[in-house]
Amino acid sequence: MSNAPVDHGRRRFLTIATSVVGGVGAIGAAVPFIASWSPSERARQAGAAVSADVSKMEEGQLIRVEWRGKPVWIVKRTQEMIEQLPNHENRLRDPESKELQQPVYAQNRHRSIRPEFFVAVGICTHFGCSPTYMPNEFASQAEGVRSGFFCPCHGSRFDIAGRVFQNVPAPTNLEVPPYMFTDEFTILVGEDEETA
Amino acid sequence: MKNLMNWIEYRLPVVEKMKIHMTQYPAPKNFNFWYFFGSLAIVVLVNQILTGIWLTMNYEPSAEGAFRSIEYIMRDVEYGWLLRYMHSTGASAFFVVVYLHMLRGMMYGSYQKPRELLWIFGMLIYLVLMAEAFMGYMLPWGQMSFWGAQVIISIFGVIPFIGDDLTLWIRGDYVISGATLNRFFALHVIALPLVLVILVFLHIMALHEVGSNNPDGIDTKRDKDDSSVPADAVSKFEFHDNFTKGGKKVIIDSIPFHPYYTVKDLVGLAGFLFLFAYVIFFMPEGGGYFLEAPNFELANPMKTPEHIAPVWYFTPFYAILRAVPNPLFGAIAMFAAILALALLPWIDRGKVRSIRYRCGLHKLNLVNFCISFVALGILGVLPATPLYTFLSQFFSFTYFGFFILLWFYSKNENTKPLPERLT
Repeated sequence: MSNAPVDHGRRRFLTIATSVVGGVGAIGAAVPFIASWSPSERARQAGAAVSADVSKMEEGQLIRVEWRGKPVWIVKRTQEMIEQLPNHENRLRDPESKELQQPVYAQNRHRSIRPEFFVAVGICTHFGCSPTYMPNEFASQAEGVRSGFFCPCHGSRFDIAGRVFQNVPAPTNLEVPPYMFTDEFTILVGEDEETA
Repeated sequence: MKNLMNWIEYRLPVVEKMKIHMTQYPAPKNFNFWYFFGSLAIVVLVNQILTGIWLTMNYEPSAEGAFRSIEYIMRDVEYGWLLRYMHSTGASAFFVVVYLHMLRGMMYGSYQKPRELLWIFGMLIYLVLMAEAFMGYMLPWGQMSFWGAQVIISIFGVIPFIGDDLTLWIRGDYVISGATLNRFFALHVIALPLVLVILVFLHIMALHEVGSNNPDGIDTKRDKDDSSVPADAVSKFEFHDNFTKGGKKVIIDSIPFHPYYTVKDLVGLAGFLFLFAYVIFFMPEGGGYFLEAPNFELANPMKTPEHIAPVWYFTPFYAILRAVPNPLFGAIAMFAAILALALLPWIDRGKVRSIRYRCGLHKLNLVNFCISFVALGILGVLPATPLYTFLSQFFSFTYFGFFILLWFYSKNENTKPLPERLT
């Protein structure tokens, strides 16, 4: 036992230094616990691209493919559906698709690479329900518009290019995933020229 | 035997603690019907823990096996159906009891000084309870489990900049999947129940430190030399020194918690169990509100149910969420609705606790709060039509109006004179 007087400065320095080092250690120890909640390697692998054969699709038909567990719609639009697109643009929130809800190659009126094929993630941009496809009876939801998508959860409405109407809960147009045509009638969802 | 008791008591004062918290704890003598729900909440908590442990013995936490294992519990496990219905009905009963318990606190001003921290612990219990119920509802992996979780987790996606990454982190996958189910199972069966039990302990400790409020909202612990205390008001019972501060305080109009209120609470328990058993045996699905019909169908990420509604106890806040057109502000409004309740001790600037002696406007305002809360609860179940959305907006307005009005009139409120002792 030494009887030297207590060196308060030294004691404070040691207390702070120990606290800081211990705090850094605690943060380091938290890393594995937090990181283990991120998608696992297997989940990331399962997020790979999927291809769909659209050669046998009929006019106006909608098919679903599963990409990253989400329903992706492919709609083969009729000529009439494409022609009706400009008619109701004054009632849309974002008719020119300024929000980046689509790759640049789908930033056009029909929001697709080829006008007849519409590819979109079939999940409402409001709270993630899957809207109902209404090829002919959409006028009951939006006057004078023949075809579109209606979300039964909270009443959001989208036209046949997935563009959201005004005064509905959904804030943005439907998301268009990255995709490309690997040949004339095969669509690869989840991958495009840029990411491939 | 006596020596053994002394030996233990010296090392762990069990008898002493029993006196402090049970047999010599002074409880005001005029507790009424509204004071049943605290002890009932503990009973339901025990029910949930007990039946929950038994359910995990046969439940399989995986996207492939969860739904099947619930069917197995319902059909093949001996009394599995009863254990599950006790648990699922218990979840709804928990919220019934807790909502009535909170209303009691609001009526008699139990959140006011010095019980602010007690109220905060109660609100934390309520928050954990909501998380616990939400995660538990996901475990059967039915359609509503899946799509309800989809909607709720998406709420975090509205946070600017980090929202998308945050939801990915919560889900552990690009969509809700087995990874999400498993982590919610872990939180539901161990992490949150631990937090819940600790919070309940702190809630009760905080209560016993400041003492129970009562329907008159007046203090029952007075200074010894307070001349306004009539001699016959002083309780004849022996209370622990902790509460009398070694004779410096006198306790008026009070009785020991045990046996007087344990016996009273047993009567409440009997009434509660009567209703609880009725639901379990005759309407375990609670008319589609305790267990929703789409949840009897296996989760299907490709098909959204026609109408997604959360379980009834979340619907008031869900209605507020939907009432605001912008999702970010909707989520903020929803959390603000809960935060406003937590801040009640500071929003209410009044000095008189009980509704019995507060102004007429306060009574009307509390009725307004109850009507708004119930109306929002009903609207949260219904689909979002323009009329219902308007009504949701209206009642969200009156809900928040309660707190704003309260803040203004409580400062210089025209109250009635308080009685000298309990009535």
